[in-house]
Amino acid sequence: MTAAADAMTVTPQDAQKYEEKEFGFWLYLMSDAIIFACLFATYLVMVGNAAGGPTGKDVFSLERAAAETALLLFSSTTFGVAAVALSQADRPKVLLWLAVTFALGAGFIVLEFGEFAGMIAEGAGPDRSGFLSAFFTLVGTHGLHVSVGLLWILVMMGQVLFKGLTAPVASRVMRLGLFWHFLDIIWVVIFSVVYLPGLL
Amino acid sequence: MDATSGIPVERTLKPYLIGIVLALILTAIPFGIVAFGAMERQTALIVIAVFAVIQILVHLHFFLHIDFRSTPRENLIALAFACVLIFIMVGGSLWIMFDLYHRMMV
Repeated sequence: MTAAADAMTVTPQDAQKYEEKEFGFWLYLMSDAIIFACLFATYLVMVGNAAGGPTGKDVFSLERAAAETALLLFSSTTFGVAAVALSQADRPKVLLWLAVTFALGAGFIVLEFGEFAGMIAEGAGPDRSGFLSAFFTLVGTHGLHVSVGLLWILVMMGQVLFKGLTAPVASRVMRLGLFWHFLDIIWVVIFSVVYLPGLL
Repeated sequence: MDATSGIPVERTLKPYLIGIVLALILTAIPFGIVAFGAMERQTALIVIAVFAVIQILVHLHFFLHIDFRSTPRENLIALAFACVLIFIMVGGSLWIMFDLYHRMMV
């Protein structure tokens, strides 16, 4: 075993501890899924209430939604590559692929920010109608999660850089992975419930 | 987590590659349907929903590594419970609100 892999060695007792932490984080993700489910239910109830203002057809762009989707899907895969590098205890590769994931996620946020800013500038802000309030709440909550995920990626890059691939750091990176892949699933539901039906 | 190997993570590239290929296909088809207007609205909505459910399962399996062998039982129970709650809350909200809507309109 290499010295780097050695740092990740855990006793069965520690392994149990990390498994419990992962379970706790999983419970958080499930409760987060329920929050999103409520926002989706709200959106579906409100989607018809455009109050004479713009509807989904007027404000959504299929190209932008496709680009946002592609960025998030590829970022999930690049995070996977980082996880593979982590299991090989390859520190430079972990840092590289976390950085790529960060870049893709940041690209998503830039696109979404542009979308929101453009809509508000056109007078289609969250105060325009029930439909737009629900839209901004739902998609904005997802965007907020992705932003927090980006911050977390930066923190983990810092820990990998300065603390090395120790067992606690590795287990945190794996929980970050759960969070990141979970957000991708939420996005799948967003484009299937919000963008595609809105543009149909 | 495998205590004998000493490394808390065991990941291979293969599931992620299968996952991204499936995810891209499952995304491209519903986007294509909307882009080319290939179907009636009602049919298209059903197809989009079916592809979304399949894609969620693909993501759960290939990205989050959920399966019935290696995933701890408590995690699966939590997942199943969340699914039940989501079904009750989304289904119940839509039922009540649209029932109310139709009663107000008639």
